[in-house]
Amino acid sequence: MTAAPDVLVVGASAAGLATAEALRRKGHTGGLTLLGDEPHPPYDRPPLSKQVLAGTWQPERARLRTPELLDGLGATFVLGDPAVSLDPVARTVRTASGTVLRADVVVLATGVRPRVLPDQAGLAGVHVLRTLDDAAALRAALLTGGRLVVVGDGVLGAEVAATACGLGLDVTLAGPQRAPLEARLGSLVSGVLADLHRERGVRLRLGAAVAGLAGRDGRVTGVRLDTGEVLPADVVVVALGAIPNTGWLAGSGLRLDDGVVCDARCRAADGIYAAGDVARWHHEGLGGLLRLENRTNATEQAVAVADDILGAGRPYAPVPYFWTDQFDARVQVHGVLAPGASVSVVDGDVAVRRFVALYERDGEAVGVLGWNMPRQARALRQRLLGQLRDFAGSHVEPGKVEEAGFRRAPRSRTDFSEGQR
Amino acid sequence: MKVTVDEDKCCGAGSCVLAAPDVFDQRDEDGVVVLLDAEPAEHLHAAVREAAGVCPASAIALGEGA
Ligand SMILES: Cc1cc2nc3c(=O)[nH]c(=O)nc-3n(C[C@H](O)[C@H](O)[C@H](O)COP(=O)(O)OP(=O)(O)OC[C@H]3O[C@@H](n4cnc5c(N)ncnc54)[C@H](O)[C@@H]3O)c2cc1C
Ligand code: SF4
Repeated sequence: MTAAPDVLVVGASAAGLATAEALRRKGHTGGLTLLGDEPHPPYDRPPLSKQVLAGTWQPERARLRTPELLDGLGATFVLGDPAVSLDPVARTVRTASGTVLRADVVVLATGVRPRVLPDQAGLAGVHVLRTLDDAAALRAALLTGGRLVVVGDGVLGAEVAATACGLGLDVTLAGPQRAPLEARLGSLVSGVLADLHRERGVRLRLGAAVAGLAGRDGRVTGVRLDTGEVLPADVVVVALGAIPNTGWLAGSGLRLDDGVVCDARCRAADGIYAAGDVARWHHEGLGGLLRLENRTNATEQAVAVADDILGAGRPYAPVPYFWTDQFDARVQVHGVLAPGASVSVVDGDVAVRRFVALYERDGEAVGVLGWNMPRQARALRQRLLGQLRDFAGSHVEPGKVEEAGFRRAPRSRTDFSEGQR
Repeated sequence: MKVTVDEDKCCGAGSCVLAAPDVFDQRDEDGVVVLLDAEPAEHLHAAVREAAGVCPASAIALGEGA
């Protein structure tokens, strides 16, 4: 590789932009191109289910950088033109418009897209929430009022339910768990979350799987549960998780398996990297493949990729971290809240909804959760989750970690205790 | 280097504190970023740039020949 390689980043959002910025910050002088399928300059997604959907922020506020800062990057932005194929050997990317972009290094940062219900296509009133355009369409629908049913009791579904409830809608949250986010947070904390939603007026119709949608004259009228029950709805939000955007890489020869499969340094092949929601890489600390869907991972994995491109790489082995805001609850999750972990409240008080919970397995700290105590939770994470210490975070699916065979690997401590500071 | 923070955007992630503990802290009550040093010394600049780069809410801005 030459001293200053040309870098092409596919996907011009959180991870793509962070890769470009980290490269420049660390002295990259070569060519830099960001290719994105959306027409918008890079914007942030977490506010879409919160401030932007609530209307407290104009959509422009979600922009990640000012036009001046983007100009200052010295990068070429090719927007509104999806990549359709990659030749990893020639390192060329072809776009829908027929353009062929060539580079020495290609970074794949194409994120994920919402999973949908099979009968959702063509039914008016049914929404997903991933993009700025999705948020605008959903907000317009919510402003007409009526009954909203949110399908999916995970993070996104619970956030949308909370925001819509704040807008005065009649909201029902439907999903198979006993409480929202139960699989992720365990029964103690998800129980507190369920209480919060109920108190604020969200109807919880949990413990039943969603079988499909009901509609009339091309418009949704309700959500069918597998119990046979139909929840009446004027607007439906489907929040059933997401699928990596790797369709355009079929035929590239890269290993695609629930994301772009990468080594510990986020390399999918020689000169090809992946970062953000689309990347499934080998986490040395956790001892297996992991794909994280969260905001901090997008940025921190991008920094790791930039470091490796510039020759100062190290295995990327973050402490998983994500946060969620629902009503007045600001919840921070560090580490892995493994199912079956024992949970104890170590600071604050659940009764006043301000506490820090410690998750332990086999007597070892595996996760820290803060409920309206972000600073205290972060401090505890620094004290107790040292082995996995690094920046990054995660929406780890506990199942995925199990699959990857979660285990401690103290040996790798030295590998990532330096580097990012 | 001049550092500014937008408290309104901050989501309390604390990534900045992990990256540059001499320059950033978090409020006890709500975790919102506290700027300890708006004009950090030269040897802290790299860490501060990293902190601004990893902040998941783009709540940290750097000015004056950052
Ligand atoms: C509504 C919402 C709320 C969220 N809230 C939180 C939260 O509170 N906390 C948290 O930690 N995380 C949250 N997240 C998750 C976080 O936003 C993501 O983890 C993060 O955006 C991932 O960044 P990324 O760059 O990897 O992927 P994305 O942000 O998905 O960006 C990928 C980009 O690539 C584009 N693309 C796809 N295919 C192609 C192609 N073939 N060619 C060119 N471009 C392509 C996409 O259109 C997109 O613009 C939220 C996500 C959503 C949707
Ligand atoms: S990293 Fe950003 S969002 Fe997190 S506490 Fe610091 S300023 Fe706030």
